[in-house]
Amino acid sequence: MDFAFMGQAFMTLIAGIPLTLQLAFSSVALGAVLALVLAAMRQSGILPLDWFARGYVFVFRGTPLLVQVFLIYYGLGQFRPTLQEWGLWTFFREPYWCALTALTLNTAAYASEIIRGGLQSVPHGQVEAARACGMPRGLLFRRIVFPIAVRQALPGYSNEIILMVKATSLASIITMMEVTGLAHKLISQTFRAIEVFVVAGAIYLLLNFAVTRIVMAVEHWLSPHLRPPPTPIATPPEAAHV
Amino acid sequence: MQPLGFFEIMGFGPRGWGAAMLLAALMTVGVSVCGFLAGAVIGTGVAAMKLSRSRIARVVADTYTTVLRGVPDLLVIYLFYFGGSLALSAVGRWFGADGFIGLPAFATGAIAIGVVSGAYQAEVLRGAYQALSRGELEAARAVGMSRGLMFRRIVAPQVLRYAIPGLGNVWQLVLKESALISVTGLVELLRQSQIGSGSTRQPFTFFLTAAALYLVITTVSTYAFQWAETRSMRGVRRA
Repeated sequence: MDFAFMGQAFMTLIAGIPLTLQLAFSSVALGAVLALVLAAMRQSGILPLDWFARGYVFVFRGTPLLVQVFLIYYGLGQFRPTLQEWGLWTFFREPYWCALTALTLNTAAYASEIIRGGLQSVPHGQVEAARACGMPRGLLFRRIVFPIAVRQALPGYSNEIILMVKATSLASIITMMEVTGLAHKLISQTFRAIEVFVVAGAIYLLLNFAVTRIVMAVEHWLSPHLRPPPTPIATPPEAAHV
Repeated sequence: MQPLGFFEIMGFGPRGWGAAMLLAALMTVGVSVCGFLAGAVIGTGVAAMKLSRSRIARVVADTYTTVLRGVPDLLVIYLFYFGGSLALSAVGRWFGADGFIGLPAFATGAIAIGVVSGAYQAEVLRGAYQALSRGELEAARAVGMSRGLMFRRIVAPQVLRYAIPGLGNVWQLVLKESALISVTGLVELLRQSQIGSGSTRQPFTFFLTAAALYLVITTVSTYAFQWAETRSMRGVRRA
């Protein structure tokens, strides 16, 4: 192991972190919105919407993400004249937007199942109680269903966010220079696969560690009812050191 | 020239790519099965280390699973793609063969998948072992079963039974991960689609077909694991 080289490699690879984080957070945020729509379609009880959401989840969970990336980045090139006509070509020409679209569509499928699980875990009694108080549907969703569902879905969602941080590495295959892209370039220049792997791996572990800590903090913040009540200070501080 | 229709391209005629695509799908299944089996061996070892009394073994196993589950699979594939050939060349030099020896793409893929899926399988197997009833293990010990016999008759069959759903999930991950092996040049489903789309200029047709074939493989596997689960549970009384 050459530590001087690993230091250099680290300095090279951290240049890719902003892009990795940007792809991960944009896709998770956009995917969450789409996932909420899909989960709502599943819950709606309207058969065509339900079937569409089921089909969507089946297709996006059953195929590799890389195939989805290629389908959007290379595949849509087949319809270039049509896309140009619609003015969408400038969007699908850029690898960044293609990667973001693929990641968003992919995470929405997984996240919609997590959110659906959260929505189903809301105790029926709570919904009935709210209805008995005369809450309108919007208020009931905002005050009762949504907070409980989010609290329940959060642990599962943290797994999905970590998967997305790892999945951004696929953007490197369509020429995006995020952490894995830079690592690949560095390995093929220096042929020091192990050192670069250790450094790049450490960066991803650090990012994922930060994600788990943030989600844990949010979880803590969202569940005050599960925490023990703060213990009142019975004795003055100086007496505690006896 | 009029571009070919979908069924002409994906058919089995002289200009059709159907046979090549099906063969590539077989290659995907092949490399996934080999990787999954390698992962089963690694996973069993790592799970045993996680459950062992030795603290060092536990720390090593925990580090292994944390790192391999926290790092992108693509990075692991690059490690074995570049690192594997370098290591093999170094070993070759020991035996007097100079020059570069490349690790075959199939082996690279199977090893990379095995190393990653081993980390996931270790967690599944550890969870399944912990679901065993303590009383049965004690009873086996009490009748004087040796450790090997106890493992073969009591532990292994039940751990496998509890592990089937978890292993099914890992298998689905492995299938999707196998698409990443295309970066090493192994002609599996995705690489074949890239080749086909390069020569026909119909990338959408090829990647859509690849996606459909992946869906077929994942769906069949879902049913296979469901069948295995019900079959393994046929002797268990329902609560």
